[in-house]
Amino acid sequence: MSDNLINIENLTFGYGKELLHKGINMQFQKGKVSAIMGGSGSGKTTILKLIGGQIKPNSGSVSIDGQVVHDQNLSGIYQLRRKMGMLFQHGALFTDLSVYENVAFPMREHTDLPENIIKDLVLMKLNAVGLRGSYKLMPTELSGGMARRVALARAIALDPDIIMYDEPFAGLDPISMAVICDLIRTLNDALGATSIIVTHDVAETFSFADYIYFVADGVVAAEGSPKQLMASKLPFVKQFIHSEKDGPVPFHVAAPSYNSDLAL
Amino acid sequence: MKSLISFFEKIGYSITSRIKRLGTATRLFFLILISSGESFKRFHLTMKEIYFTGVMSLVIIIVSAFFVGMVLGLQGYYTLQKYGSSEAIGVLVALALVRELGPVVTALLFAGRAGTAITAEIGLMKATEQLSAMEMMAVNPVGRIIAPRFWAGVIAMPILASIFSMVGILGGYVVAVIVIGVDEGAFWSQMQANVDFRYDIVNGVIKSLVFGVACTTIALFEGFDAPPTAEGVSRATTRTVVTSSLVILGLDFILTSFMLGG
Repeated sequence: MSDNLINIENLTFGYGKELLHKGINMQFQKGKVSAIMGGSGSGKTTILKLIGGQIKPNSGSVSIDGQVVHDQNLSGIYQLRRKMGMLFQHGALFTDLSVYENVAFPMREHTDLPENIIKDLVLMKLNAVGLRGSYKLMPTELSGGMARRVALARAIALDPDIIMYDEPFAGLDPISMAVICDLIRTLNDALGATSIIVTHDVAETFSFADYIYFVADGVVAAEGSPKQLMASKLPFVKQFIHSEKDGPVPFHVAAPSYNSDLAL
Repeated sequence: MKSLISFFEKIGYSITSRIKRLGTATRLFFLILISSGESFKRFHLTMKEIYFTGVMSLVIIIVSAFFVGMVLGLQGYYTLQKYGSSEAIGVLVALALVRELGPVVTALLFAGRAGTAITAEIGLMKATEQLSAMEMMAVNPVGRIIAPRFWAGVIAMPILASIFSMVGILGGYVVAVIVIGVDEGAFWSQMQANVDFRYDIVNGVIKSLVFGVACTTIALFEGFDAPPTAEGVSRATTRTVVTSSLVILGLDFILTSFMLGG
């Protein structure tokens, strides 16, 4: 039996006629932390939405534990989502609920646990992200890093098999970034989960990810362990890893000639 | 010729996009009805929304009703006095409020106060990915967020309209009886004799129920359909007030003609 929990095969997807993904193949192994990297607008977050069944591919398939996501009806998709936890780019905490209630939300919606058990579980999840002392605060009283940690506690509230992270490092200070990196790795290993991170932060991701996919021009441009990719001679990977201004990804967006635009 | 074609294209686009939006709103309305189980099973969710849409609207409803009642009392008295029937002021104030002004002005104020709040809240929840987060937690946002707000609006509107009519009658009483000096017995007895429970009060409640369904559906749809940007939410909020006001006035005419015809 395969060790892959999630399989993406020959996936194509686009908004309108323009294809964003032109035949993507990815496999996410059980218990591993995998990253999807690529420039802005390369469709990384869309891959998470396809895995979560929020959108349907034009062709190809996304399957979780052998079940094809887009073949499921709504209740089937909801059953699959019960196995997932997702950390959104800015946390997406419910602003009318306190930190405590945000983490308790999935438990209240999906279980009939008594209040004392919910309380213990919420405090345990918040303790895991270091914010047990902030359970009374409202989301507006949290910093960006704290909000993301609370969202992470909420994402793992029901001990999911799959944890997805959408740009978890965006806009964070170096300390918060290090904390989130450490949490992703620690929680993945502690829960025995499979984690998928969508990001373009090279240094952080290469420090803890097990496997990395680079997406460019709608296909997987490169893949491998951080070590393999560091040694890669592929121009795109080199440009991305070393933050080079120009390369296969051009500095200038396609445009008419400069002279004609300036009427010279 | 080209500009003529483009002119007709624009008209066609505008019509089809409006029909599409109407279709989407109708679909959302039926989705709300299908997903309403949670709103009643976990009634505290609906109660919380009744507090936000109903109780929080009380100040504007009571103050407006009092002034509307006082103006009705003043205007009515000076007109009725010309015909020597100033004692009928109580009936005039009560019928005007119970049949028309109560449901209509309450619905217009509700659209401005609670409707905009609902649209902005849902729109911002969408813009900040809270609705997506809920979907990813396998929780249906229509059942958990939209339906309780819908039923809260439907329940709150007739209650608010009744309060509006009561306070308005009190405002009319203050001006007509206390300030002008119309006979108090005539004020109340004429009202009691001429306001029919089935024909006037029940019809007024039916109107406010229909306005409640319309106003809340419009507010929820505009929020749910708003582009997830600051500008999108702001436009959706404006559209809520404009569309709700026009729909309330249009529906009022239709309902009144049916009720008077019946």
